[in-house]
Amino acid sequence: MNEHYKPAIHFHQVQYSVENLHILKNVTGSFPEGRITTLVGPSGAGKSTLLKLCNGLLSADSGDIFIQDKNINEYEPVELRRKVGIALQSAPMVRGTIFQNLSLPMSLQGKTLSEAEAADLLEDVGLKKELLHRNTQDLSGGQRQKVSIARTLVNRPPILLLDEITSSLDRTSTQDIEELIVKINRKYGTTMIWITHNLKQAIDVGDYTWVMMEGEVVETGESELLKTPENERVQRFVKGEGE
Amino acid sequence: MTYLSLSITLIFVLIPLVLSKTLKLGLEKDTMIATVRSIVQLLAIGYVLQFVFDTENYLFIFLMVTLMIVTATLNVRKKGAAIRGITWKVAVTLIFVELLTQGILLGFGITPPTAQYIISISGMVIGNSMVLAILFLNRFTSEVEARGEETELILSLGGTPKQAIHNQLTQAIKASMIPTIESQKTVGLVQLPGMMSGQIIAGASPVQAVQFQLLILFLILTNAAVTSVMLGYLSYPTLFNERMQVLKTKNGK
Repeated sequence: MNEHYKPAIHFHQVQYSVENLHILKNVTGSFPEGRITTLVGPSGAGKSTLLKLCNGLLSADSGDIFIQDKNINEYEPVELRRKVGIALQSAPMVRGTIFQNLSLPMSLQGKTLSEAEAADLLEDVGLKKELLHRNTQDLSGGQRQKVSIARTLVNRPPILLLDEITSSLDRTSTQDIEELIVKINRKYGTTMIWITHNLKQAIDVGDYTWVMMEGEVVETGESELLKTPENERVQRFVKGEGE
Repeated sequence: MTYLSLSITLIFVLIPLVLSKTLKLGLEKDTMIATVRSIVQLLAIGYVLQFVFDTENYLFIFLMVTLMIVTATLNVRKKGAAIRGITWKVAVTLIFVELLTQGILLGFGITPPTAQYIISISGMVIGNSMVLAILFLNRFTSEVEARGEETELILSLGGTPKQAIHNQLTQAIKASMIPTIESQKTVGLVQLPGMMSGQIIAGASPVQAVQFQLLILFLILTNAAVTSVMLGYLSYPTLFNERMQVLKTKNGK
């Protein structure tokens, strides 16, 4: 797919297993730079594992991963993780206020984030700056996800991984997040890889899609493929018959 | 105390036995085992100590202290089984604490280099460090497990393993030290420490007993801090690999 786009991330015959259980089997393919690619597929397909490989939270058993044309193993782990941000599904927070959470990426580097910068970030993700000193325990699911995304953006990563960030949100919050993702993509040219179970979301928001099943990439292409997939297994999945 | 008087003290064992039987607590067997073991172990150690004190041979002192460290290490390692290489980490910590303590005491001439002092103080130091190590490992492993997402989050944002585990480590160090600090706040007011009571009963002057007890209390405070901090800093790196990824513990968690 998308031969005319430069790949931000490229997988070449990547395998990953845990205790003889093959989570990823010979995954090969590219994620185009500056675009939103969705990862869809049934639970247990290896989607979250694939994201964690990109961010260096896990390492492949074999095969190669290239981040902006450089082998992932040539990056220092800290450098890689600041380049490839990830917003985790549960939007975990450190104890304290939104400001403390937004400051975290800077404090890990021994730097500080000013209140003005934090307020700008908060407004960037559609939250009022008055919330800056609110305890994160008092936030709704949607607000937590927005703070989580804003916190990831502090490192200004050119690549952003999103792990089912709307799976537990109501319709309005989901729509807010979808708009936010598109806005960030357009504003900063950030490459996005987004795991979603919502096929409509994948079609509406994503430029491209990877369909994964049982650790394999079964079909890739422009998001529209989800309307008329070629692969029989994908056809059954799209119809909701599952795998 | 005669052996007849000692036998009469078994009344204190009968009371919990009767209570356990009456209330169906099911602790009779354990109480009996504990009683028999304490009688056998303490009488045996009494004769062994008598022999070591009489001979004043440093080899026997060394063997006694080694036995204490080995026994304490084997006891502690069960609590930290999830941490790789926990046995040698505990052993190194206990050896360091023992060397530090005896180094200061003997180096400054605070206590004489006799079996009587070295073995008694070593028993208290190693025993206390053993309890501290168990408290620390209990708390540390549960903190690591409960706050796994926080660890992953900090790593994912470009933090180092040390930064990712910092909160869990400090919480565990604090939690293991608090009982020592709290008990020292009320010492003399609520409880008279065992060693001090023992010395007073044996005929020592209360002031001299207090002086030794203070020495022990200060030692224990140092031991508490050194044991927790050293064990913590030896343990946390084994939770990560060289790519700064969280390793699965032996429990698979």
